[in-house]
Amino acid sequence: MTGTITDSSAPILELHDIRMQFGGITALKGLSYDVPLGIIQAVIGPNGAGKTTLFHCISGLHQPTSGRILFEKRQISGQPPHRIAGSGISRTFQHVALFKSMTVIENIMVGRHCRTHSGFWATGLRFPGMRTEERQIQEKAASHLEFVGLEDAAHLQAGTLPLGKQKILEMARALATDPRLILLDEPAGGLNMRETEELGELIQRICQSGVTVMLVEHDMNLVMEVSDRILVLHYGEFLAAGPPGEIKDRPEVIEAYLGEQ
Amino acid sequence: MSRKDWGIFLGTMLLIGIFPWLVKPFKAVSHYIDIMVFAGIFTLISIGLSMLMGYAGQISMAQAAFFGIGAYTSGILTTRFGLNPWLVMPAGMLLAAVVAWLLGIPALRLKGHYLAMATLGFGVIVHIVLSEEVNWTGGPSGMADIPSLTIAGARLTSEIAYYYLVWAAVFLVLLFCFLVLHSRVGRALRAIHEEQTAAEAMGVPTARLKVQVFVLSAVLAALAGSFYTHYVTFLNPGSFNLMWSIRFMLMVMVGGMQSLWGALLGTVLMTFVGNEWLQVFADFEILAYGAILLVVALFLPRGLVSLISQGFGSRKVRPSLADGSS
Repeated sequence: MTGTITDSSAPILELHDIRMQFGGITALKGLSYDVPLGIIQAVIGPNGAGKTTLFHCISGLHQPTSGRILFEKRQISGQPPHRIAGSGISRTFQHVALFKSMTVIENIMVGRHCRTHSGFWATGLRFPGMRTEERQIQEKAASHLEFVGLEDAAHLQAGTLPLGKQKILEMARALATDPRLILLDEPAGGLNMRETEELGELIQRICQSGVTVMLVEHDMNLVMEVSDRILVLHYGEFLAAGPPGEIKDRPEVIEAYLGEQ
Repeated sequence: MSRKDWGIFLGTMLLIGIFPWLVKPFKAVSHYIDIMVFAGIFTLISIGLSMLMGYAGQISMAQAAFFGIGAYTSGILTTRFGLNPWLVMPAGMLLAAVVAWLLGIPALRLKGHYLAMATLGFGVIVHIVLSEEVNWTGGPSGMADIPSLTIAGARLTSEIAYYYLVWAAVFLVLLFCFLVLHSRVGRALRAIHEEQTAAEAMGVPTARLKVQVFVLSAVLAALAGSFYTHYVTFLNPGSFNLMWSIRFMLMVMVGGMQSLWGALLGTVLMTFVGNEWLQVFADFEILAYGAILLVVALFLPRGLVSLISQGFGSRKVRPSLADGSS
């Protein structure tokens, strides 16, 4: 049941018949879909459609009950989250999950963990290679901070930032892992209109920098504005997929959102 | 490490360095030095425990067992096989590392406090082995005539020499741990402690790091055990039972879990308290410890260092704001 993707480029992420069962509840009922490379792919659907579950499956926080997930042709389902992060998928969380008592820049520096190597001996004895690495971590983190425009807050405690900035910081932290696919779980939740607008621009800049974006979002204005493709889920099943202009007029999509008429 | 951290480090080192002269006017100099030797040995354990509890967010009830593994490895290998005490020190540490690794791998792959349970059982087992393996450990009556450490042929029998040796080791270990914490590894540990799921999704291998910290804490406890053995030159299983594991935890908690300085402060304080003032309680000592734990948990959840750092609190905020706006 693959969506009507006419895109010529190879998919970056392939979902093959993903099922996710929690006890008696089936959150995903055999979902298959290909995410094209280099686009902003929105995932929408009413509450309980399985959007966040899908993100958890892709990032390894849930192990799908059955089905396979391929990232750049390699299977990632079954791997622990830190491995998946290492292979190039990063994410943000619906409920902000920052390291609150650490500073803004330290949060981003943690994102560099999977791209660096110094262990206990190297850091405890300050091997020369470790010093260089630490300097690079700092420089990289600073550049990501600048990319999202939070450089003024570098040394503030992450937990003290307003919600809007915390959401942006989560994105910077995710970008610090050098992902080729980033999953944004309701980044606009709790943001005001101006913040949402800036967020939209940021998401587009992330995509332009060569990172494929998957976006779960309830703010339809944002979704329609930024996304190249939309996947609609309904009760854990594929409902529709296509470009935004096409999706919003589909009768089955309208029905899923508004109920039968 | 920031300039402030170095300041505290050198200041504390100086204080420990001149301590013998500070207590000189009093009668029982050697008595206080003696207590400080034990405080130093225990600080080695509580530094590791502080890394484990305060940074990796895990509880170990087996630190006394690892302490015992180090102590008895040194004791047995030096008395039975006549080996050099310095040479066998790494043997105890290695044994503790292997055991901790085997124990930590299954227990730390699970979220939650499974390590506390696993180590609780392990601690009891080690104590039983030390008491029952009479042929090797001497059983409940213990093991005597363990050789002292020697440096360049001179035996370290005086308290004052041992005092400087142990505290030198403490500061080396402290420095190592500070450098670890002020780096990639330390940031990852704090991240795990705050938001494990997010840390994992950012690529931090949480289970592996927790096992590594647990192994480090076990190795430090074993090192402390070797120092202890060659200082008291007598071993019996009573020093390595569950009560001691709880005492080590208490030392860390009184000082403040999330600070290595807290571990040091809490250990020195509790060693003095235990040796000087709690003796009057005799068998009710455990009640006194319980009361201290309760008061700390209720009124000082971040330990004594939080009181001290509050004094510097106003100074702490300003530079970070200034950095942010520059």
